Amino acid sequence: MLLKVRNRDDKQPRWVMRNSFPYACFAVFLFLATFLTVSGQLSAQDPAASAPSSVAPQNANPQTPTPTYSDSQQPRPGLNIVVLDPAHGGTDTGARGTGGIRESEIVLQFALQVRRALEAQGFQVIQTRLANENPSFDDRSAMANAQVGAVFVSLHVSSTGLPGTVRVYVNSDLPASSGGREAGGLIPWDRAQAPFLGLSHKLGDFVQGNLAVRFKGSPGSAQGAAIRQLRTTAAPAIAIEISSVSVNDRSDLDRMAPGVADAIARGVTDFRPSYVVAGVPGGVR
Amino acid sequence: MNTRWVAMVLGGLFGAVIIAGLYFPILKERVKQTAKIQPQSEEQARRELTQSLTANPTEARVKAKLFWASNAHDGSLAPVNIDLPLASEPALRAKQVLNTLLAGPADPELRTLPPDAVLLAFYILPDGTGIADFSEAMASSIPSGIESEQRAVDSLTRTLAANIPQVVRLKILIHGQEVETLAGHLDLTGSFVVSARGAQAATAPQPDPLSSSLSDAPPLTPVSASRQTYAATREQQ
Repeated sequence: MLLKVRNRDDKQPRWVMRNSFPYACFAVFLFLATFLTVSGQLSAQDPAASAPSSVAPQNANPQTPTPTYSDSQQPRPGLNIVVLDPAHGGTDTGARGTGGIRESEIVLQFALQVRRALEAQGFQVIQTRLANENPSFDDRSAMANAQVGAVFVSLHVSSTGLPGTVRVYVNSDLPASSGGREAGGLIPWDRAQAPFLGLSHKLGDFVQGNLAVRFKGSPGSAQGAAIRQLRTTAAPAIAIEISSVSVNDRSDLDRMAPGVADAIARGVTDFRPSYVVAGVPGGVR
Repeated sequence: MNTRWVAMVLGGLFGAVIIAGLYFPILKERVKQTAKIQPQSEEQARRELTQSLTANPTEARVKAKLFWASNAHDGSLAPVNIDLPLASEPALRAKQVLNTLLAGPADPELRTLPPDAVLLAFYILPDGTGIADFSEAMASSIPSGIESEQRAVDSLTRTLAANIPQVVRLKILIHGQEVETLAGHLDLTGSFVVSARGAQAATAPQPDPLSSSLSDAPPLTPVSASRQTYAATREQQ
């Protein structure tokens, strides 16, 4: 504590420090807090340094995706990869419940269980995000578009809807020219989903069928919606929305995770024999 | 300053304190009443604004069909028939119908659009694309989610389809701007089909009705431009 004291002999006051140990502790704490904050921010700005090897590198230009297979990891024909997309993240929390439940956090936890269930079925899983970050719609799509033999599954939690139900959505019909492909066989980025709509519906119906068995009140087949994330994805793509952040207790949602994960894994496995992309050499992409 | 002046000043101050003490409870009561009245007044003003657009005594009353959420709470919509005095001019008629849709049903639980959203303008392009320009509350106040956003758009498109046959597609703007999504999910960069038959008949390209149609259309101003474009549409037909 700083005290203003006056000596008997000296008329001028002088400052002295008594019991300086708490101040030293506080200074050390401040230094450590500053150091941790700065180092945390630096690592967040460098996702390439912290991202695990299973995440595809993000392309600077999403319109020119590059495959990520190494020489020893040649792609097998057919469906092998599931690009799993926990929606939102970072400053975009998505739906928010009155009890403080955030969609961006819930979907990340669901993704862990879905990933395990898919890997148990023999799929390689690529996540569009592994932490509280928010890649753009195009960056997420680019991760799927860079793969050969992949499907795209986006995970969401709704604000509304009957709690305890799950709905699967596919992109509603997109205006397509030349069957969705341009003259050179290229797919326009803005309508990348167009050639895959049929397969997306099939995948959506398989997954929704499995979900409907586990979660009563869920629809029997996939529904169409103009979902931005799916439009630029050049692969069979679905969005799965779990109801909802309006539950009073977060554990109500947590209890749904194993059932959702199992239904998705079974649905994708059921879809596997149907994965034949027309107009592509070999019939598979 | 002599004693007499001091006494007068003190007396004046004392009187002011007495008056303030008497007036304070009255003032407190008035503040309470104003606080109670304020939300009702805002709601009333909004209703009156809507009413001025929907209830024009010179216009013929017709049975309008509006789509709000159904009582089943399963994400589906249910039609509600309402007698409304509607204009014959399609853009103005669309604005009247959509304002009634925004005002909401009797049961607020069945609302599909945010209560604070406002329709700023509505135009109809020659190719049948209706352009609805909403205030920012349409995007910021709607519950985030695929189901809720799709239901909001469905209620708009189905209400337009039931009442304004001239509109074949709907383009949604937020405060005059094209935005990527409604509230993080639903794609607003394209247009939504209102009338499948009309959309097939129309030959204009769909992905971006603004860039494709504005080059041919006259400069847009609310109502007057839509009247011109409606005339052009009728001539084409």
